[in-house]
Amino acid sequence: MKKVVIVDYGMGNLQSVSNALGFLGCKALISNEAEVIDSADAYLLPGVGAFGPAIDNLRDLGLVEPLTFNVIERKKPFLGICLGMQLIAESSMELGYNKGLSWIEAQVVHMKCDHTERLPHVGWNNIAVEKRDPLFRSIEKEPHFYFDHSYQFLCDDGYVAARCSYGVEVVAAIQVGNIFATQFHPEKSQTAGLKLLRNYLNYIDTH
Amino acid sequence: MLKKRIIACLLLKDGIVVQSIGFRRYLPVGRPEIAVEFLNQWGIDEIVLLDIDAFRQGRRIDLDIVRRVSKYCQVPLTVGGGLRTLDDLTDAIHSGADKVSLNTVVHTHPELVREGVEKFGSQCIIVSIDARRSKEGYEVMTNSGSYAVGIEPVALAQTVEALGAGEIFLNSVDRDGSRLGYDMEICEKVADAVDIPVIICGGVGNAEHLAEGLACENISAVAAANFFHFTEHSVNVAKAWIHAHGHDNIRLDTYADYRDSSFDGDYRVAKKADEELEQLLYEYHPKEVI
Repeated sequence: MKKVVIVDYGMGNLQSVSNALGFLGCKALISNEAEVIDSADAYLLPGVGAFGPAIDNLRDLGLVEPLTFNVIERKKPFLGICLGMQLIAESSMELGYNKGLSWIEAQVVHMKCDHTERLPHVGWNNIAVEKRDPLFRSIEKEPHFYFDHSYQFLCDDGYVAARCSYGVEVVAAIQVGNIFATQFHPEKSQTAGLKLLRNYLNYIDTH
Repeated sequence: MLKKRIIACLLLKDGIVVQSIGFRRYLPVGRPEIAVEFLNQWGIDEIVLLDIDAFRQGRRIDLDIVRRVSKYCQVPLTVGGGLRTLDDLTDAIHSGADKVSLNTVVHTHPELVREGVEKFGSQCIIVSIDARRSKEGYEVMTNSGSYAVGIEPVALAQTVEALGAGEIFLNSVDRDGSRLGYDMEICEKVADAVDIPVIICGGVGNAEHLAEGLACENISAVAAANFFHFTEHSVNVAKAWIHAHGHDNIRLDTYADYRDSSFDGDYRVAKKADEELEQLLYEYHPKEVI
């Protein structure tokens, strides 16, 4: 059994993620210690929160270096969820400019760009999958996932694994080598979400 | 395309789920984790768990219940009841809540909305407004519908939107438990006045009432409490009825979605023809293992 760690940076719905993994029979560790992170085989970075306090907490806890080293240098699997996806970008404009983890070239900006939809973008939206393997394997063609955010992730088309539309095109999921991230909440998306998490666990097992 | 949500509201009183009638009379339903487990299986889009006595009794919602309930909840869980400090919000979220709902505290300590937004983002903070018809129009009630604050619901909705709240949960005190349908007048007024999503609640007696709320363009989600209890498959059957009656903008992914069913005049699934049932007898439906 591989050691999966849910990174605890004092924010976010860690319990929900841990419950969903528990449902799949995976006992993930919730931790904020650098040593535990160093010894883990794979990571989940959940997130409910504002960007600024989140990145500050990660820095204050001394988790930025061990995470970056293990994910970028040692290529351990990583799944970021919602804010966890946005944190790997270079910067965010949420409540002022903040620098992110800068793992991939991407920016986080407010969604309010020339459209009239209500914000936050909250609810079940269907996504268009562009890269089926490995995250969206055996998931129906246009699955519904639960979104809840008002800032969006802008990155190169090559990274995008799925998109959805809400007035503007929104990057719903990305995939860059061992780095995966979703703007939606798989832990809160019933069957489709559980399948996605199962696919991630399967990916961990084969890497 | 973003789907409109159908939300179940679970009211907690002394640790058990109750049906509420006019914010005054209560009927026991059962243990919250069982209710959540079934609603989840029946394809509900979101669950709101409110402790209706907590604020009045000077305590906060039992976090142990939140922890137990969240184990069965694979849809977003909003928690409310007696949350009055930033620490309360943090504890609720760490116990398994995805969002928090604030009601009475918004009047005594409005800054909490802003503090919550700064820490957890606006998508996490829902402000719940209990509205009652008055002589001049509508007024906001607090303390579980027992005290009139003397503000208009529309004004309050705009105030909390300015403070950064992510959603409004609008409940009608008069319609609570009445089965007469939503008070659409106030629902539309509030939904038209703000740019954040508005969830309406109070008065649902049948699937048509839900459909009536969904038909209003500016309303993002419809909620019901009493309606979902004591009926097997209450959620998926209601959703199928709504879908069959011209609202395809809802999510129907459940193992039993009643997509091909017809309905009788009481919003119930009609019995299929004998030949059809005969056919089904020999169909093999393997259980999907995730």
